[in-house]
Amino acid sequence: MRLNVNGTEREVDAPDDMPLLWVLRDVLGLTGTKFGCGMAQCGACTVHIEGQAVRSCVLPVSAVGTRMVTTIEGLSPDGSHPVQKAWADQDVVQCGYCQPGQIMSAAALLAQNPEPTDQEIDLAMAGNICRCGTYQRIREAVRSAAAKRRVER
Amino acid sequence: MIAVTRRELLRKSLLSGAGLFVAFHVPRKAGAVSQPAGKPPPDPNAFVRVAPDESVTVLLAHSEMGQGIWTGLAMLIAEELDCDWSRIRVEHAPAAPVYAHPAFGMQMTGGSTTSWSEFERYRTAGAMARAMLVRAAALQWKTDAKRLRTENGFVLRGNDRLSYGQLAVAAQAQTPPKSVKLKDRKSWKIIGKPTRRLDTPEKITGKAQFGMDVRMPDLRTALVARSPVFGGKVKSFDASKAKSVKGVEQVVQVPSGVAVIASNFWSAKLGRDALVIDWDPGPGANVDSAKLLESYRAQAKTKGTVAAQQGDAEEALSHSSKRVVAEYDVPYLAHATMEPLNCAVRLADGRCEIWTGTQFQTMDQASAARIAGIAPENVSIHTQFLGGGFGRRATPSSDFVSEAVQVAKAAGVPVKTVWTREDDIRGGFYRPMFLHRIEVGLDDKGRPFAWKHTIVGQSILAGTPFEQFMVKNGVDSASVEGVVDSPYLESVPARVVTLHSPRLEVPVLWWRSVGNTHTAFAMESMIDELAWAAGRDPLDYRSALLAENPRHLRALKTAAEKAGWGKAAPKGRARGLAVHESFGSIIAEVAEVSVDEHKEIHVHKVTCAVDCGTAINPLGVEAQVQGAVAFGLSAVLQSEVTLKDGRVEQSNFHDYQVLRLPDMPEVAVQIIESDAKMGGIGEPATAPISAAVANAVYALTKQRLRSLPLRLA
Repeated sequence: MRLNVNGTEREVDAPDDMPLLWVLRDVLGLTGTKFGCGMAQCGACTVHIEGQAVRSCVLPVSAVGTRMVTTIEGLSPDGSHPVQKAWADQDVVQCGYCQPGQIMSAAALLAQNPEPTDQEIDLAMAGNICRCGTYQRIREAVRSAAAKRRVER
Repeated sequence: MIAVTRRELLRKSLLSGAGLFVAFHVPRKAGAVSQPAGKPPPDPNAFVRVAPDESVTVLLAHSEMGQGIWTGLAMLIAEELDCDWSRIRVEHAPAAPVYAHPAFGMQMTGGSTTSWSEFERYRTAGAMARAMLVRAAALQWKTDAKRLRTENGFVLRGNDRLSYGQLAVAAQAQTPPKSVKLKDRKSWKIIGKPTRRLDTPEKITGKAQFGMDVRMPDLRTALVARSPVFGGKVKSFDASKAKSVKGVEQVVQVPSGVAVIASNFWSAKLGRDALVIDWDPGPGANVDSAKLLESYRAQAKTKGTVAAQQGDAEEALSHSSKRVVAEYDVPYLAHATMEPLNCAVRLADGRCEIWTGTQFQTMDQASAARIAGIAPENVSIHTQFLGGGFGRRATPSSDFVSEAVQVAKAAGVPVKTVWTREDDIRGGFYRPMFLHRIEVGLDDKGRPFAWKHTIVGQSILAGTPFEQFMVKNGVDSASVEGVVDSPYLESVPARVVTLHSPRLEVPVLWWRSVGNTHTAFAMESMIDELAWAAGRDPLDYRSALLAENPRHLRALKTAAEKAGWGKAAPKGRARGLAVHESFGSIIAEVAEVSVDEHKEIHVHKVTCAVDCGTAINPLGVEAQVQGAVAFGLSAVLQSEVTLKDGRVEQSNFHDYQVLRLPDMPEVAVQIIESDAKMGGIGEPATAPISAAVANAVYALTKQRLRSLPLRLA
């Protein structure tokens, strides 16, 4: 089957029921998207499909079709997406394992809702677990990325 | 002055002509565990590498698992080396004796010890590298090294300058100085300054490589079916269905179960699901959390092995007019690191290569060597970033590494074992279940004069190589830390602490802040109960009991002030307080809570005051305190592993719940300026949060909750 990942059409040899996560990681070698739970509970596997945050660990690859998949590797060429910059400014990361998923969730939120309230941030980020407990700085980073966009507009 | 004459100096290049390497052994104290026998591996060992391309590479003897040493240890080198911070790179060191922990004598990361234990060694490495660069410049300029100074990656003489990169090769030929003088605290330019992490760029772009991300053309993925009951064994198995799954290549039996080896994770998982295994569950099938707790309650009423004693507590209790008796209990807990366990192994040509995220290189190396039948120096460990550790990646039995070597050996191909979340939650190595029974007699001023304390729970160290050092007279120090050394007990004239250490099939392990996870809960809850029983304000009561402990007092006072203690809390909320010393640091926490109409507890704000001695990177200290509070809150509000008929009842994040972002309180961190001996910071803030929240819930509802996770009736 063919898959559009990060703007490139890729020919993929994988069974239909293989979750997108494992196609990305084991077939295409895009290991930035992480395995954390396998049942859409932790958000480590979050990618964008047509701009929407999706948990790739429970999505059979055959269900993707021609829709565009964006992974952390394709969010920006060099880590310069406003959310990534905010993450760096706020010194968010600790172990870092959940952060690609956190960043993809935050980027999808801000793309759809450039000025989220604190409650909307909480809601959008509730599906992403961080065991290091970086939540406070995540909140600050999402707020500051939103604020920066306001200033730039 | 720090004498380095007795240190073994090594100055060999890792890459020939690549520049300056500095490495040396600091004589270790009478260590906890001896290093594996055999001569050091052929790689020279180095802490810092200055290269002609101006890069300065810091080699980490410890593992980065989120705690920030990737940045903190680099700051120590950079402080003394006077290099350009933007040129710093960091790498995990290989597993080798030269990287043994200065205090423990084996290569490991844990016990919140990295920063204080490396404070001298890493600064000294930086200072030695600087001295050799200066000597090389002096030789080139034909001048006295004493006339030269260094700044931001250059050696300077008036207006002349030579870069470290230009000097790197020449510096390598210099004799290392016999001793170096380290900067005094007043001259520090980097230590103590809030510094952003060096591992951020790769961690926000998906480039950071964790063990899970290791890929090689011939590397297979293996999933192991393990006994559903701890200690169970495979009687027989039928692999025919598993082998028919596309992508499955082999099914092999290993000591821990049955491994399915496939070309990818998904095939290995489907293959494992298709296995039919007949297990002999063994005696572990009798373990039942509810019954266990009852048996702990019964044991707590009997005297255990004495851990601390002064005076006659029984006698004193018998004629006290006011007695307070309470029992506190905590469940088993999984670490649930975000990165499930994994380990890649290649066995070839008499060598074993391992790629994994581990906290315990020396133990893993020795264990892999035993299984592979080779010498430890023939085992290479390529430490990857750890997707969380919290103690789980430091097993004395090297469980996940040993198993991976067994699988690779049985399969005859390079494999990466991957644990699913279910494997992780059900895989044991838990924070042990514990019960504390405390009886206290109060004098007429409400002060404790008799204290009888019985602790029941499995020993983490029994049966491990650490037993001989850390279990004294039948008492595992990790079971009683935080009680036997409690400053509250020092002032109680008649006291006794005893311990029961039942042996069970459930594997247990250190979990962020170890024994303090339950001892701080029991001690700080009890002190709060005593304050209320005495009709005193919990802050005043503690302050009176801790009068001889100035660091505790200061932390308490600071946190209380910042939290607005004594002023009314916002409507519907109340505050609770706890202070606890662990890993050499003292942390006071004030929690502000509310309870909703469903009787759910909400923690809105946690105000922390931290005395950890010198804070190398205050930005990192703040992150560790915020994170440790969040980690503790999971256990306070949600997490619990229970067993029924020997089977773990939880399996994934839907039923082993952990803190999520909407429940994260605002955590304010005040770092107290302190010249006390440096303590740890990765773990200590986890310990007091349980009691701080429970005490706040009591202040709000007058319900005293003595079991974790806290649940209102």
